[in-house]
Amino acid sequence: MPVNVRIVQGLQEAASILASDRGAQLLGGGTLLVRDINEGVMTEGTLLRAVDPALLAMNTGGARVELGAGVTMAMVLASRDLSYLHAAARGIGGPAVRTTATIGGNLFAATPYGDFTTALLALEAVVTLHAGFGGARVMPLEEMLANRARGGVGLVASVGFSRPAGADGFRFVKVARVRPKGISVLSIAAHLPQNAGRISGARVAYGAMGPTPLRAKAVERVLEGRSLDAATIAAAKTAALEGTQPATDAIASEWYRREVLPVHLGRLLAGETS
Amino acid sequence: MARMPVQFRLNGSDRAVFVEPAETLLGTIRRGLGDFAPKFGCGQGTCGVCTVLVDGEPRLGCLTLSVTCEGRSIETASGLADGPTLHPLQAAFMEHFAAQCGFCTPGMLMAAKALLDRNPNPTRVEVVEAIAGNVCRCTGYEPIINAILAAAQQRGVRRA
Repeated sequence: MPVNVRIVQGLQEAASILASDRGAQLLGGGTLLVRDINEGVMTEGTLLRAVDPALLAMNTGGARVELGAGVTMAMVLASRDLSYLHAAARGIGGPAVRTTATIGGNLFAATPYGDFTTALLALEAVVTLHAGFGGARVMPLEEMLANRARGGVGLVASVGFSRPAGADGFRFVKVARVRPKGISVLSIAAHLPQNAGRISGARVAYGAMGPTPLRAKAVERVLEGRSLDAATIAAAKTAALEGTQPATDAIASEWYRREVLPVHLGRLLAGETS
Repeated sequence: MARMPVQFRLNGSDRAVFVEPAETLLGTIRRGLGDFAPKFGCGQGTCGVCTVLVDGEPRLGCLTLSVTCEGRSIETASGLADGPTLHPLQAAFMEHFAAQCGFCTPGMLMAAKALLDRNPNPTRVEVVEAIAGNVCRCTGYEPIINAILAAAQQRGVRRA
């Protein structure tokens, strides 16, 4: 049976189909699933195209930001309110990919893709999920990513997070061998709120350093309560690899990723461009 | 699997076609409608030779399902020239030797058109960024970048 496409209006209807049909997948921009069809990886099943306007909603002006899962990287780049996410959005493919690649799709991108998710993880984002036949529920992105590895997440309707404090409070770097467009060797996002010159509530996340984007909790513990000076950065670099499980792929070896991660983390924390 | 009806505008002409549910826009344009300007390259969204404009935005025809294009306006390199008069980008590509084998050229032209329609006076960095998703294995990119900058300048002269 070839791949079928169903167009559904409401998120709940789409979630119900996903719950009852194991061969059904939600179509975001298509940059991952249509590629699978072209490659012969996906030869049967159903793609659900949900056209609910809620998927494209953007609430960006206040302290709390809410983005529909169908918001594209180009839409993020077009929003001045989301300037702190521009580096992460610009790192996704070329312009023709960014007009279709969605936030929701990025949440499910296999490593070494998913750089935007790395940024959302450092912002401690939560996702609004429609799973099965019940109503929506909110789940931390970190928990959703852990569930993703086990399968059966449900339908992600939106992501929400608090706007980072200060122009320099949120930093992101994507390390790639080809510029301006290349697949990640790794990516790092850091949210570094400061209170009286000391970091308070640091959140650091890595992309391509594990099966899914992951929090660098050892680094966060090192940074907490300290000023961002050379000694702190050196300590953060020492703790950088804790909890990581990088893979070897066509872009980089596991060894190389481990070697360069502390270097790029140090540069990011020091405010240097990699 | 039942074929699905889709209607859109292709280079200014209304088109109505029946497509397979998971058929790509590139397949519909090439096999269904006989416009062979956009090419099939990698099928993975990496090379950009299938770049077309959908409602003015650059899209990869190989990763766009035709059923998602209902009511949209599609532009390909076939629609650039006005009769015998080449589009300024096409003329600049010829003038600056920006095409060698020519396989990437239709995608490059559409990526460049998307840029100039939005930003008539781009910087060199902006041109590089605009064609970052389009691979060329012949030219080394420099003639293409120069052609796009020249076309922008030419269009600016025409407007003045």
